[in-house]
Amino acid sequence: MFGIEDPCVWMAYLLSVASTILCIIYGAINWNRGDDTVFQW
Amino acid sequence: MILAQTLGPLEIILVVAYLAVVGYLGWLGYRHTHTATDYMIAGRKAHPFVMAMSYGATFISTSAVVGFGGVAGLFGMGLLWLTFLNIFAGIFIAMVVLGNPTRRMGHRLDAHTFPELLGRRFNSRFIQVFAGLIIFVFMPVYAAAVIIGGTEFITAAFRIDYNVALLVLSAIVAVYVLAGGLKGVMYTDALQGTIMFLGMATLLIGTYVSLGGVVRGHTELTEMGSQVFAGFRGMGHRGWTSMPEFGWGETKYNLWWIVVSTMVLGVGIGVLAQPQLVVRFMTVKSKRELNRAVPTGGFFILMMTGVAFTVGALSNAYFYQHERIVGRIASVTEQAEVIVKKERDAETRLSCRLLHVDRNGDGEVDINLIAAGLGNHAKLMPAAEVTELPDGRVEIRPRATSFTRALVRKGDAWMLNPDSIIPTFVTSAMPRWFGIVFLLTLLAAAMSTISSQFHTVGTAIGRDVYAQIVPLREGASSQQGTHVVRVGMIFGIIIAVIFAYYARGGYIIARATAIFFGLCAAAFLPSLVGGLFWKRITKAGAIASMITGSAVSTFWVVFVKASEAGAIGLVPKLTGGKSSLLADYPNWPVVEPILIALPLSALVAIVVSLATRPPAKSHLYKCFGS
Repeated sequence: MFGIEDPCVWMAYLLSVASTILCIIYGAINWNRGDDTVFQW
Repeated sequence: MILAQTLGPLEIILVVAYLAVVGYLGWLGYRHTHTATDYMIAGRKAHPFVMAMSYGATFISTSAVVGFGGVAGLFGMGLLWLTFLNIFAGIFIAMVVLGNPTRRMGHRLDAHTFPELLGRRFNSRFIQVFAGLIIFVFMPVYAAAVIIGGTEFITAAFRIDYNVALLVLSAIVAVYVLAGGLKGVMYTDALQGTIMFLGMATLLIGTYVSLGGVVRGHTELTEMGSQVFAGFRGMGHRGWTSMPEFGWGETKYNLWWIVVSTMVLGVGIGVLAQPQLVVRFMTVKSKRELNRAVPTGGFFILMMTGVAFTVGALSNAYFYQHERIVGRIASVTEQAEVIVKKERDAETRLSCRLLHVDRNGDGEVDINLIAAGLGNHAKLMPAAEVTELPDGRVEIRPRATSFTRALVRKGDAWMLNPDSIIPTFVTSAMPRWFGIVFLLTLLAAAMSTISSQFHTVGTAIGRDVYAQIVPLREGASSQQGTHVVRVGMIFGIIIAVIFAYYARGGYIIARATAIFFGLCAAAFLPSLVGGLFWKRITKAGAIASMITGSAVSTFWVVFVKASEAGAIGLVPKLTGGKSSLLADYPNWPVVEPILIALPLSALVAIVVSLATRPPAKSHLYKCFGS
């Protein structure tokens, strides 16, 4: 794939990109959630 | 296409302008610093973009770009597994799973530092002091790695002596670090992170352009697998687009364990327990800010580490196939003994013929490179091709790999230095203007990380150790505590500079970084995760875990891990010359401490907690609420 034959290496490429996409999707879904802004002691 | 070899007026103006903007932002932060909460955790009101860029810019330093980029030049693209872990563990797991509980507990317990968070969670002054001491003693080793990364680039790009470059960089950093608290640091981090992002994006595009495209560059790199240096081939190196050979029990599997245990796991897991990063979670006011920081953080890390490791590996294809050096041969060293591997009492040397080239026509030597191996070493590398040009100059094709091209002078000797691979590549392959951009990129990467490292060192000794052991006398102002913080910072900087002065060569940047990250993981991670998610964990369990993790890590570095144990020198004295207590057992001497110390530390935390009295409900209510 892309001139790299060892699947162990291009898997690392794909997983890196997939993790970035996961971060972007998570941020987009939760953009306006979680406003729990915050003790006597 | 060649970067200027001396600091011209344009470079000086740009660097001064950059430092002025950084100074202004630092001053702005200083102006808005009124309380200890402002100084330690930026008032708990950081903007999500500022928090994400500050987290990323602190996480990624010259260690990642120069140090680990150089390791990718040595060992290949297998290092991209670290990019995956950096994004998935270092951003997604850290911010989504650990970030919000850390923030909530930090707010509930009014914690200002990482040791204070642990100390208050377990209601233990010992834990706070112990964690503060670990940070104060070992953080300067990591800071030295970052300083070496910046110094190597200045040395390679601007032909300045290593020691002079080290002093200049250290002086700039010291003034900057001592000025303000975390508010100023985070403002400047956001600017520096943006500069780093643009610099690395340009480097990626420039590299693929110089190699004729993405697929062509990768294919060329795959095809030059036979050029792997003989010493690395014996350790399992199978080319720069393949993972090293996997197995256990023979030295030919050493490289797989170096890449996976030291580079990938040592740093990839260790990032979860970095004190200077965990404290960033306590700077935002709600979970929403953390949610918004995740996409910026993920994309930033992909562009930083993904680019550095890809470019590091691809630099082999550039040096072997594409590099052309035009100039005059100023002199030739007919026989030089080049240091390939340096241990405490032994050096592996290559017998080589060296060329010293004047590219600019000013009579000064700009480039030193290996023309050919001599005698038995001739077959280890192809000879450089030299063609005479009509105007009396010569065109040289070095036909080198990144390792054999990274020739540097150290004192009177010549040495192949993996930490010089990225600086040499940028100096040779990129246009002049990019050299200046990359200088600012590395300066930003170094300063954003070092500022947080010494901020953490200072608060560790000032707030977590000194203020716990010597409580402020009645009537004493908080100025006394701030003075101790600053003295701690200065002490840390001096230690780091001394380490950077003596430690050069043998991919020391990546090794020092991995040691610190691994130590933090073993000492802190079980207590941090247990403290956030397991109400049954006890003070005794946390203390036992921290002592076990730090003791096993230290023992492994001093007695077992060959590259460090051999350099420290205790084991060779005890065993009559061996570099590790397990030298007779293949693979063990290259395994990183984190693989042994972290599981032991976690196991001890669980067993001791279950064997001791559960924490009081009133204390748990304080930590977790209802």
